This record gives sequence, structure tokens and C-alpha cells, in this order.
Amino acid sequence: MTSPVVDLAVETKDEEASPRKEKMVLIASSGDLDKAWPVLILATTGAAYGMEVTVFFTFWGLGILKRRDAGITGDDWRQKMLSMFNRGTTEHLKLSKLNFGGMGPKMMKDLADKHKVASVQELLEVAQEMGVKLWPCQMTMDLMGLSREDLIDGLDAPAGAGSAISLMKQAEISLFI
Amino acid sequence: MADHTVDARGLQCPMPVIKLSQAIMTAQPGETVELISTDRGSCSDVPAWAADMGHALEEQFEIDNEFHFVLVRS
Repeated sequence: MTSPVVDLAVETKDEEASPRKEKMVLIASSGDLDKAWPVLILATTGAAYGMEVTVFFTFWGLGILKRRDAGITGDDWRQKMLSMFNRGTTEHLKLSKLNFGGMGPKMMKDLADKHKVASVQELLEVAQEMGVKLWPCQMTMDLMGLSREDLIDGLDAPAGAGSAISLMKQAEISLFI
Repeated sequence: MADHTVDARGLQCPMPVIKLSQAIMTAQPGETVELISTDRGSCSDVPAWAADMGHALEEQFEIDNEFHFVLVRS
């Protein structure tokens, strides 16, 4: 996998040949359901506008990209504890308020099913189909002891703040969620 | 009768616009694409998307709480 910084350099050369696509960057730093949802709704809609969309998953947001069968992750005991209390994946995201010990997200998902609102998992799959780039934060991976194998397939190479800033300097829309 | 029809009935934001954007790519320039949606948000979303993307919104009407949008692929 090439690094995102190299990719950006290659893109500039391609832009001379074809019209430049507008760029959108979303920084997904929250692992809450009510943040993951709008991140993916905005990402897929940005892609529907023909924009080149990148979502940078950092800190709690990285948990959204955990594989459902990852189990307990990490090397030291703090990282393992973190993985137990922060299960993540698209299935175990809490609400930022009215979580009610887990009842909140369950009720919210039931409402979503009833009103045919696409789930976070569905939106993530649609995003990947539409070519939305998903960048896992390398620093968060190191901090929380999450390896590439603990995360889902279809992700870009792990990136850092340097790549994120570089991309945001070029993007028409940048959002921190 | 539009050349292409996208049935997004029962789907909620953002899916109607997503499906429309995917369908319009399969249409030839000049062909019509009709979106049918039950999401009231489509009434503002679809015209905004069409205007930005340069596809003419020829018709927009509502029948029995179903919203119809006929666009011409640019």
C-alpha cells in the first residue's frame, strides 16, 4: 500500500489531464453512534456529489473500524482493558447522551429499522462501494494496540496528522466530528 | 415514462440521493431519470443536488405521499 502523502502527489499530476474533483474530509474522532451516523451520511452524500471523500478515523472514531471478530486487542493490560470497555465495531457504539447503559442505542436502532434509516454498517459498506477513502489513524492504532488485522478490510494505509492537514488544505469541505 | 427509474420508496436520507447519483451514472447524456421517494427531505435534497451537479430537474410532483423527480442527465 502506498502512503497517502505519495498518493496526493500523484493526484496533482492527474489533475492536469482531467477536471479536478472537489475534496471533502471528515475527521471521525468520536466513537459514539450519534457521531458515526452523520459522519457516514455526510461521507456518502459527499460522494453522491462526485466529491473525493476521505474519512480520517482517529481516537475513539477508530473503534468504528474494528472487525467484529477482533476479540480482545492490544499488548499491555491497559490496551486490553480498553478493548473490553470500548468494543467499538459498527455494532457496539454508544450514544453520547441517553445511553441508558446500552438501552439507548438499542432503542435508536429499533427506531432506525422502523423508519428505514440505513444503519452505520450499511452506510459504511455503501461508502466503500462509492470509493470513499477510509484512513485509520496510525497514532491511535499504536496507542490503543490495534493492529491492521484487528480492523476491517478495504481501508487505506494508516495515516497521521501530517497527511490529514495536507488533505484539508486542499479540501473544499473539512469537518471535525 | 422516464428512460430510467429509481425506486427509493421506503428509504430514508441519505439513500434517495445516493441511489439517484449511482443511477444517473448509468444514463446517457440527455436521458431522463425518475426518482420516486417517500422521504420528505428529498424535496430539498434532490433539487439542491441536481442544481449542483448540472442535471436539469424537469418535473417534480407528489402523488399519495410519494415524491417524484424527473431529471435530465447532463
